[in-house]
Amino acid sequence: MIGTASPVVRVDGLTKRYGKVTAIDDVSFSVHANKIYGLLGRNGAGKTTIMQLLTGQQFATSGTVQVFGESPVENARVLQQVCFIKESQKYPDSFRADHVLASAPWFFANWDAAFADRLIEDFRLPLNRPIKKLSRGQLSAVGVIVGLASRAPLTFFDEPYLGLDAVARQIFYDRLLEDYTEHPRTVILSTHLIDEVSSLLEHVLVVDEGRILMDQDADDLRGSASTVVGKRTDVDAFVAGRDIISRDGIGGLASVTVTGLTESEQHVARAAGLELSPVSLQQLIVQCTTSRAGAGTGTADFRGSGRTDTTSRTIGAETDNTSKTDAWSTRA
Amino acid sequence: MIDSGKPIFLQIAEQIENDILDGAIAEESPVPSTNEFAAFYRINPATAGKGVNRLVDDGILYKRRGIGMFVATGARARLIGARTEQFRAKFVAPLLGEAAKLGITPEQVAEMVRDTPTETHIQEEAIRS
Repeated sequence: MIGTASPVVRVDGLTKRYGKVTAIDDVSFSVHANKIYGLLGRNGAGKTTIMQLLTGQQFATSGTVQVFGESPVENARVLQQVCFIKESQKYPDSFRADHVLASAPWFFANWDAAFADRLIEDFRLPLNRPIKKLSRGQLSAVGVIVGLASRAPLTFFDEPYLGLDAVARQIFYDRLLEDYTEHPRTVILSTHLIDEVSSLLEHVLVVDEGRILMDQDADDLRGSASTVVGKRTDVDAFVAGRDIISRDGIGGLASVTVTGLTESEQHVARAAGLELSPVSLQQLIVQCTTSRAGAGTGTADFRGSGRTDTTSRTIGAETDNTSKTDAWSTRA
Repeated sequence: MIDSGKPIFLQIAEQIENDILDGAIAEESPVPSTNEFAAFYRINPATAGKGVNRLVDDGILYKRRGIGMFVATGARARLIGARTEQFRAKFVAPLLGEAAKLGITPEQVAEMVRDTPTETHIQEEAIRS
């Protein structure tokens, strides 16, 4: 199922400036076929800009974007294989939901009307009400239905579920997983609800301040960090020389999150009377994107699996152990 | 069901191992498909596949072409062997470490283990009273 052939998306040295603001700063990564990617990061990190650049809706300042081997800009061959569901999609004023769903098959060759009908029922979407009169959640449901039923080979969901209730979000996750299993395709999902989606993701791209901070297999990231809690002196002795993600403490008690503990190291820590707790994907990303003091002090340890060569080498080169520890520990 | 701080593929592998250990899945019988695991645990099918493949690499499961994954003969015995080693490292070693801190000798620990009622004992007591 995993396509190891040429990547669906290849981005190299991509930069986007809006006047003096650098939204995307020399980013390189690849997206491989038939995987579900999470594009994660804080507000204003550059997630939407990346999606707009990949779908030809923005022009790059410099660098190259290749989608299905070609530039997406004004390129019908590429764009007819792409579906981009935006956070706030605008529709013509007079449109009703059934108009949207009736016009979708004109754009998407793989459109499955029966699947769309089933989703309409699942989401209880009123079809004959003007789009303008729909609630925020119902409006999101229209986008989600189009995104799923279009079965585009490359589908982007940019924060697709603003206003969707918990039941509707669960329906979205379940239908996405079911349909993806039957019809494998490449999905790029941007979201803030990391805990909710983390088990759906195969690969994670974390964007922070216009750069790629992590480019890694989701399951490798999970369990890649541990929080060590105990007497400050014991904790300090144990974490000395390790990659520290964050540091906290009260009185004589310290809590430090570090990366890459092997099983035997975990035994050593426990034997030293330290408490170890796993760090979820969401906690890990929150800690890694909380206090980035100064550019270039990324986590050298979260280099992608060889795909972000340029970025990771730069980060690695600029970072030495002491400065990194300082940068990450400013929060404590 | 899925613990967020641990690689999911390991949890899937462990779940299958537990089912083999307690006899829920017998040797030479089929295990659920990758897609069934994905749908049940609401996880990415590739992740579920990684867990299953790990057990194939370990010789616990084997693939019958076009049919699916099956539990290998002798899988249970091999799992018991591997898990016993893990048991020593994960439970016995820390137990003896803590005991040493309190000045309890290994012999005294063994005595305590013998004297401590097991879960079945506790249940029997509860039924009697």
